[in-house]
Amino acid sequence: MASVIEETPRESDGVLARLVRPVRWYHLVIALVLLVFPFVSTGFWTVQIAAQTFILGTIALSLMLLAGYGGMVSLSQLTIAGLAGYMVAVFGGASGGLGMFWPPIVAIPLAILIATAFATLVGALSVRTEGIYTIMITLAVGMAFYFFVLQNREIFNAFNGFAGLRPPPVLGINWRQPEYFYFLSLTVAAFGYFLVLYLSRAPFGLALQAVRDNPRRMRALGFNIQAHRIAAHALAGFIAALGGVLMVWLNTQISPGSVGLGPLISILIIAILGGILHPIGPFIGALIFVLLDNFAMQLIGGDRFNTVIGLMFLLIVLFSPDGVLGLWKMARERLKASKKPSADW
Amino acid sequence: MKRLFTKVATAGALALAVGVGPAQADEPIRIGVLATLEGVFAGPGQDGVRGFEMAIDEFGGQVAGRDIRVYRASSDASPDSALRAARRLVESDNVDILIGPLSGAEGIAVKNYAHEQPQVTFLNGSSAAQQTTLENPAENFYRFSTEGVQWQAGLGTYVIEEKGYERVAILAEDYAFPYAQIKGFMTEFCAAGGTVAEKMFVPLETRDYSSVIARMPRDIDAIYVVMGGSDILNFLEQYQQMGGQAPLIGGSISVDQTILSAEGPTRDYLIGTPTSGPIADDWEDERWRAFQDRYREMFPDGLPSPGLFAHAYYVNTLAALTALEEVGGDLSDGHAAFREALNNLELETPTGVISVDHNRQAVADIFITEVASDGEGGLYNRVVGIREGVNQTLGFPEEEFLANGFAERDNPPVEDCQ
Amino acid sequence: MTLFVLTVLNGLTLAGLYFLVASGFSLVFGLMRNINLAHGSLYLLGGYIGYSTFRTTGSWELGVAVGALSMAVAGAVLQYCIFRFMEGQALRQTLVTIAISIIAADLMLWYWGATAYQFTTPDWVRGATPIPFLQLAYPTYRLFVLLSAVVVGIALWLFLNKTRIGIMIRAGVDDKDMLDASGVNVQVLFCVTFAVGAALAGLAGVLGGSYLSLAPGEDMRFLLASLIVVIVGGMGSIVGAAVGAVLIGLTEQFGLAYAPSYAPVYTFLILVFVLAFRPQGIMGRPVET
Repeated sequence: MASVIEETPRESDGVLARLVRPVRWYHLVIALVLLVFPFVSTGFWTVQIAAQTFILGTIALSLMLLAGYGGMVSLSQLTIAGLAGYMVAVFGGASGGLGMFWPPIVAIPLAILIATAFATLVGALSVRTEGIYTIMITLAVGMAFYFFVLQNREIFNAFNGFAGLRPPPVLGINWRQPEYFYFLSLTVAAFGYFLVLYLSRAPFGLALQAVRDNPRRMRALGFNIQAHRIAAHALAGFIAALGGVLMVWLNTQISPGSVGLGPLISILIIAILGGILHPIGPFIGALIFVLLDNFAMQLIGGDRFNTVIGLMFLLIVLFSPDGVLGLWKMARERLKASKKPSADW
Repeated sequence: MKRLFTKVATAGALALAVGVGPAQADEPIRIGVLATLEGVFAGPGQDGVRGFEMAIDEFGGQVAGRDIRVYRASSDASPDSALRAARRLVESDNVDILIGPLSGAEGIAVKNYAHEQPQVTFLNGSSAAQQTTLENPAENFYRFSTEGVQWQAGLGTYVIEEKGYERVAILAEDYAFPYAQIKGFMTEFCAAGGTVAEKMFVPLETRDYSSVIARMPRDIDAIYVVMGGSDILNFLEQYQQMGGQAPLIGGSISVDQTILSAEGPTRDYLIGTPTSGPIADDWEDERWRAFQDRYREMFPDGLPSPGLFAHAYYVNTLAALTALEEVGGDLSDGHAAFREALNNLELETPTGVISVDHNRQAVADIFITEVASDGEGGLYNRVVGIREGVNQTLGFPEEEFLANGFAERDNPPVEDCQ
Repeated sequence: MTLFVLTVLNGLTLAGLYFLVASGFSLVFGLMRNINLAHGSLYLLGGYIGYSTFRTTGSWELGVAVGALSMAVAGAVLQYCIFRFMEGQALRQTLVTIAISIIAADLMLWYWGATAYQFTTPDWVRGATPIPFLQLAYPTYRLFVLLSAVVVGIALWLFLNKTRIGIMIRAGVDDKDMLDASGVNVQVLFCVTFAVGAALAGLAGVLGGSYLSLAPGEDMRFLLASLIVVIVGGMGSIVGAAVGAVLIGLTEQFGLAYAPSYAPVYTFLILVFVLAFRPQGIMGRPVET
């Protein structure tokens, strides 16, 4: 748990200084690769692999914030994202003349607002419970939402859902273009990533982690622990909603299948696979998941995709609670230890 | 700095590896096939691919002297995953022709995607949603297989004239495919003077029908049931146990081989159940028999007889290859000649001649069948009629047909038929 | 009136099946605090194995026995190989069992395929039984499932309250360490409990599969159903499982009979309300925080 906060912030430092200090050379390399990538790859890699990784990563990031820092495993993060997506369709309009066709400047913020409000409500319901009960109540919310949109025709258009959803041309830019969509997704993902990173070191995030580790003491210290947890749900909901809006634009449609049990569990797998204790984890998990989803067919014949992903998931949770990041850390430490055998002794 | 260079170089190499220049005449023709090969619908998906392979095999893996290179992609039957798979085939594998997908909602998603990729020609797999070719159809999406509404052509008239069922209750699962089937059934049934006592929908994945059965109206001649194979087995078992006695009328996927070969006393109840669809297992026709024999020969582990899905994938793939052969494999000028050939194709298939209308939707024959006993304890679907040349608007002028709207939960309304 | 009575009967008989599945889940949780989200997989696997037995031997009764016994073994193996190493780590158990259920579902799909199977029940449970005082006949098999649930419920109660091993289990619920210290081999006790819980899932798989066919997806259905039942009723309480099962069974059937469109939503709403206002469940003891 201590590894979450590698460096203790000094009170005297400004926000910027606190964020800049831990920058290493490989951060710059990654940033450069991310910036150059769409110009050297095909549209398929830019959108289907990279942008999808950013989007799924962003939704999983919201789970990471709740689970990693708040100790609350919520299975309804994809439901929040899905609700935002549905609202984009309802307010922004979809093919077949469905929806309100309000201008995007109204429709998109409203969609995000509604999803965030819903997340806050789910949070208020679920913070009364602990551990497995939190998982169950959020799973129940997710499944109830799935069955509701499957049957509701008036708002959610039932089984058919909405199609023809595309990013509106804002600022005269066609955001459908692979490069633009890539940078849009990258911006949102980076925003979410740095927000969570900042939160982890801000007083709110530190208090949240303390509530996770010892709620009783925090309550005794005068913290309103329920309020902290609900606020975490609201923030996570906001991040998930951002991802959700991008998700419908990527898929160009949304239907009950997009918010069913399978995708719900996938978000959990993504967050755990990459590493639930650091905000970069969900993005690593998303990359692995997206690559497997697209190329498992060629590699293993495709029929047993679920066995492969399930086995990977099982091995990770059995042997590396901190996901792929944890494996990396273990490998690095072992390497260090073998290089300088005397250093730690 | 060296690491940086390596990473950029890798990204570049990756791009080179996945990007391929425009196809040339001596290059192989790239065909993608998209079916559901994972999850619950893997069975139908595999059968679809069998149909695809039969067509490729018929041409010896070559068309107009050019080799065929096949790319496969799988979905999990959700539109999101179908779109992802289609994108991979089109944008990463650079296929010229894409055949698929399997199910209705996927078909609509792929058709919408076809609008964005005018350089590729799409042919349907086995998806059978009405809207795919009737609402905002794509110029480059062809469907040589028929859809859910067409599949019930002739059934409404048949049950009134031959079976004397004039008043029915409708029981169906609550999603798009049954809506389409009900539309097809009610259009003729109501026009021929039949009445519908009640339409009852059960949410998908319902297994316990007992309370729905308890609600069933009593004053009916038959129940028209549109459910998947295993659900109808559950329903029938429970219906009989609750003392139900009304005969059944089946949707196209309700009374298939799996049900007929299921064991137990439930089964005999099905004798005399009429249904209709794009194929009939026991049609005594040489072309169909030959197709069946070839299927069994190629796939000893396959189904006892090619199913709906194998047939649909086969017909669509056959159309693509036949048209390609006709134009000598010419895909230049945005597939212009190839598409012209598809538009004018009179395709000879094991189920008769198929052509497409101005929306690129098949006009084909529909088979009306009735469950019969073979005298040795087995059941089969006996062909009792063929409705020839069924088009997408069931013979109505398109405007009149469209004015009634697409099939929906409450469309057509029961009130219009009482 | 007839519809009402029939719906009540439908709800109660469905509750019987839910109780069979959920009581096993609740038993395991009650003693060991083990969260087994692969419980639905045990239901489906037990059902499939029972079906294969039935197909080979032609005996439904044997299918029931083999379905339950094979899952008892599977349960003991799960406890011995997996849960033993993660006692008290609820989240880790949750994730590991989710992973197991994903793999199990895919492997079952591989082996048994996607077609639905249904047993042919023997003659003595087929047909309809007249209900006294009402001019009604009701399916015998559904009444049989309800009766089985009642019998299992009573047997579980006797087992937990009147037998030595049952008393040890209850002691384990209250204070595991003390029980360990008094010389009881807790590991064996845990394996036995897990085996009983899993056997109930397997039994339910065959009994349920005999009127609601076996198919992929049923594992998640019955997992969700048992989770809802035990959480609504109160985790770890057998009486709670019964109360929860009746509540959920009735809700589902009344939903289907009177307002089918949103039938699947109601049970989840009940769960949300119970968790929000009485997080320990109707019969559960308050959780310490």
